[in-house]
Formats: sequence, C-alpha cells, structure tokens
Amino acid sequence: MATKAETRLTTLKAVSYALVIAWLIIAAFPFLWTVWGSFKVQGDFFSKADWTNAIYGILTTRETGGAFTLKGYYGAWIQEEFWRNVFNTMVIVFFTVCISLTFGTLGGYALARSGFRYAFWVLMAALAFRAMPHITLVSGYMLPFFEWNIWGLKATTVIVLVAINQPFTLWMLHSFFLNIPKDMDESAMVDGCTRFQAFWNVIVPVMWPGVITTGLFSFLLAYNDYAVTSMLLSKPNETMVPAVASFLGSVQVQGNIMFAVAAVVSATAPLFVLILFFQRQIVSGLTAGAVKG
Amino acid sequence: MKGALGGPLQPIGFHDGAHAMKHRTFFWFILPTLSAMILFIALPIVSVFIQSLFVQHEQVLVVSESCGPFGCVEETQVDTEATAKLREEQPLGRFNGLATYFDRSHLASAEIAEVWHASTGLSSFIDGIMDLKFYKALVFTLTYTFVVTPLVLIFGLAVAVGVNNLPKAFRGVAIFISLLPFLVATIVGSMILSWMVDGEGIIGATLQNIFNDPSLSIKASTPLMWIMLMVYGVWHTLPFAFITFYAGLQTVPKDTLEAARVDGANKWQTMINVVVPHLMPLVSFVTLMLLMDNFRVFEPLVSFQAEAHAQSLSTFIVSDLREAGNPLYASASATSMLTILGVVILLTPVLIRTWRDFNAKAH
Repeated sequence: MATKAETRLTTLKAVSYALVIAWLIIAAFPFLWTVWGSFKVQGDFFSKADWTNAIYGILTTRETGGAFTLKGYYGAWIQEEFWRNVFNTMVIVFFTVCISLTFGTLGGYALARSGFRYAFWVLMAALAFRAMPHITLVSGYMLPFFEWNIWGLKATTVIVLVAINQPFTLWMLHSFFLNIPKDMDESAMVDGCTRFQAFWNVIVPVMWPGVITTGLFSFLLAYNDYAVTSMLLSKPNETMVPAVASFLGSVQVQGNIMFAVAAVVSATAPLFVLILFFQRQIVSGLTAGAVKG
Repeated sequence: MKGALGGPLQPIGFHDGAHAMKHRTFFWFILPTLSAMILFIALPIVSVFIQSLFVQHEQVLVVSESCGPFGCVEETQVDTEATAKLREEQPLGRFNGLATYFDRSHLASAEIAEVWHASTGLSSFIDGIMDLKFYKALVFTLTYTFVVTPLVLIFGLAVAVGVNNLPKAFRGVAIFISLLPFLVATIVGSMILSWMVDGEGIIGATLQNIFNDPSLSIKASTPLMWIMLMVYGVWHTLPFAFITFYAGLQTVPKDTLEAARVDGANKWQTMINVVVPHLMPLVSFVTLMLLMDNFRVFEPLVSFQAEAHAQSLSTFIVSDLREAGNPLYASASATSMLTILGVVILLTPVLIRTWRDFNAKAH
C-alpha cells in the first residue's frame, strides 16, 4: 500500500510541476519573443513562412546587414517622437504618485486613529468608489472639462488619477498605520505635541516601508492607465500607453508596425526593472489586505 | 490595478474612544483625500446621471417661402448658426427624462417587445436580442466576467500549490516571471498577444499549419475572438490569484497538515479538506476583485481590434464619447449608469456579507 501511495504522490507532484512549468512558459514567452523580435524587421517578426527566421533574423540580415537592427526604436523614438510621450509619462506619474501619497498618508493615518463610526463609512465609501469602472467616470468628466477648458491638460489628468487612486491608497495605508502601535504617537501627545506634530515627528520617520509599497501601486496605476489618459489628454500631452495604442492605428497602415513593437518594449522595460528591485514589496502589497483577514 | 485593497476581510481597527482622534483633527487630515474623491468620483457620477437625462438639441429649423416663376414653395432649412448658438448656450441639451435609457441603443424596450412577439422560440428571441447593441455588449461583458473569474480562481490555486511544492530557490524566480503578465499595462500585454496570434505571428501561423487552414484568423471569427479575449483575461489576471493564494498557503498551520497526514489523508484529500477551507476567505476576496475588474473589461478589446466581433459595456461608452466631433454624452452616460447598476448588483452579495461581518465584530 505504501508504495502505491508513494507513486500517487509522485504523479500528483509531476502534474503540479508540469502545470507550473507550462504556466511559466506561457507567462514569459510572449515577452521574450517580443523583446527579441523588436530588434528585427517586420518580415522576421511576422515570419509566416518559417518561424525560425524570427530567431536568426534572416530577413533582417538581408535588409540591414546585421542580425539585429534598431530601426524600430529609431522610428518610434525619433521619427514618431515617442520620447515626448516618455517625458509626459514621467511628469504625470511623478506628480500623481507624490500627491496621492501625501493625501493618502494623511487620510489613512486619520482613519487608523479615529475610533468613530464615520471612519468606517469613509472606508466603505472608498470601497464603493474603487468599484466604479473608470470609463464611467470619464464620461462624467468630458462635458464639464470641455466647458471649463481644462480638457487635455496634464494637470487635469494628474488630479483625476490622484482621485481614482485614493480609495486604494487609503485602504492600504490605513491598514499599514493600524500596525504602527498607537502608543507611539499618543505618548508624544502626552508630552505636549499636537496631533499633527506627533504625526510629523513620530509617525513619518517610521512609515516609509508602507509608503513605498503603496507608492509602487500608485506608480503602476498611473503608468499603466489607458481609460483616463486616452480620453482626457490632448495629443501633445499623451503618455506612453495611449500613444502605443494610437501607434497601432496609424503605423499599421504605413507598414511600420515595428515602431509599435519597439514602443511596447520601451514601455515595458521600466516595469521589468521595477519588479526586479521591488518584487518583495509588490507581493506583500498585493496580499497585505487579503492574508490578514 | 488589483490588490492592495484590504477589502471586506480586513479587520477594521476600531478601538475605544479614549484616545481617538478629535473630530476636528480628523476633518483636517481627511479633507484632501475626501475632497479629491468627492470632486472626481462622486460628483462625476452625479454628472453622468444628469447628462443621461438630457439629449442634444435638435437642429433649429427655419421655414421660408421662396417664390419663383412657378409659384411659391415652402422650404425648410437648418439654421446652422442658431443651432450652434443654442448648443453652446445649453451644452447639456434638452431634458429628455429616462427616454435615453429605453431607446434603441440601450434597454430598447419597444424593440424587445417586438422581438418577443415576432420570435418563434427561445433561440430566435436570443438572436433578436443579440442584434441590439446594448444587449450584445452586456452579453459579452457577462460572459467574459463569468468565464474568466472561475478559470482564474482554479488555475491560480493550482499554480500556487505547484509553486509551493517547488524547492525554495525557484519560488522567487517563478513569482518574478508570473508578475510580468499582471503588472504590464493591459493595453500593452494584450497588444503583445495580439501580434503573436495574428495570422502571420508565431502562434497564429503555427495554428494555421496545424489545422491546415490558411484562413484561420481571430480577426475573421467571432467565437475565436471571444475565446482569445478570455484567454488573454486569464493570462493577465491569473498571477493576482496565484500570488494571493500562494501567500495564503504560507499561513496554513503546519500541525493541522501533520494531523491530516497522521489520519491517513493523502495529498489530494488534505488539499480539499484542509487547505481549500483555510483559503476560503481569500477566495472571496479574490473573487470580489476579479468581478470588479473583469466587469469593466475594456483595453483588450482595443488592442485586439475586436470591435467587429465583440463589444463590452466599456467600449460601448467609449465609442459614444469618441463619436467624431459630436460626442453622444447622453447615450454614453445612460450606458455608464447602467454599468454602475451592474457593478452594484454584482457586488451586493459581497457587501452584505461584509456588513454582517462588521456588525458581528462590533457586538
């Protein structure tokens, strides 16, 4: 019997290993393929005749003389001025993250330290707001923003992204501040500090791990957003993600699809680095609320 | 973006009011975040509701009599200037009540009645409904939500268990790789996949070879497009379920597992009877997040250029807002309100449970 159970265990294990390996290939392959292919010409990236062309770059060698080419990147960054979108993204993401963390820290701290029932209602309202599809909010912004002539500006988008970010920043920082013992700030208040002084001098110095984790998610939200940025930014203010999407329409017609491929890889590379350095924080942030419950 | 939202499962730390923050202080601390949410989330919803009650002004018509050699003719012309002026003065348009909600491109009450009378059976009734724009989008959105969500839960759990069995050294790498499809922008991720399944891309071309059918293409087939969009949905959100469940697996009490083993349970039985019940609270958290996010599916349809085969409620709203030069605010707003109603219906069971839990904790 023991041997039978043993073999059953190993088959179960084999199945689970196979599943994990299959998943990892499915997860990674599209990225590897696209990064590799972005240094080829279109004939190789879409190599219907023989897929090995995409690996060895047969047509790329024939057309450009080398197995790798930067033509796609040149076309996207210089010809289509993708660097402008990169710059816009940096500005918008920077301000969104800073403002959202400032608002969220203050609010999250207050929610964690208030014992009154309205704090619960603020959190519930935030949860309901979190559930609102962004595109339905966008249809509420369009008409007023056009009327007030603030449509298309970077600042407008920053404020909108900050607001959309708040529910989730609040929840996360609220649960983080709950874990900071309240004796810390309260003893400072006994010593004569006001609430804000206690917050500033005692809490702020120890809150950075939570703020960094939350900041990563604010960053990702602003960086990856499409619904808001594609509808609320004028062409010159466009960020990377909507720019990549509009490339798709324009360059496909001109046969410059490799520009879009290069732009996609350029927009993904920073995320790759981010995960490399902050994997632990991202994982803990993803599960922070869930696992404690 | 999913996650991070402690959601209903997070114990809310309400403590005795002895040292609680004063109302006044609380007000100043919460003011920035609360005003941002009220101004840019709550008020826009109100604005959407108001917009949905109005429609654009009709064109101003002027009737003039022009007399020629063969007598006088009454002519009706569009007064462009007056129309533009009226539209500028009252950008909301004229009051229309709930009419937009029931018109042809939304709930289509009249058309439904017609289809009902004309239909000979259930299938012809369904066909008739699928010709209506709103229902088509609704059916796709619901199908997407209720296919992707369970698949992600099941595969996410399976991968989490598999990774948990891996030697420690490989787990970090597995998590790193898994995070990629989840954290990359939806539009970018779906674009990458759309190139691969393109008729000339690696997967698309390979499939054409396998099935020996050079016309095989997701761009040409509605069922294939739907399947592809859902495959994308699973690929994109599986990591979220996987990582949450994986973290949950770390907290399964070791002695319970040991006890199950001593009692003679095999791995599979332990899994079903010990591990899965332990993860149940996480399952409801992940389900809540997945329902919320799948119901707003939007970007993949843009990247896959799926408009000919699939529309979701979100793309329906966007296509109204993008209507060249003349955005259909009323129509977009009515769809938005109906979408919000859909979200509320989806989330009600979960919210009721949270409310009960909270009250149970409070008493």
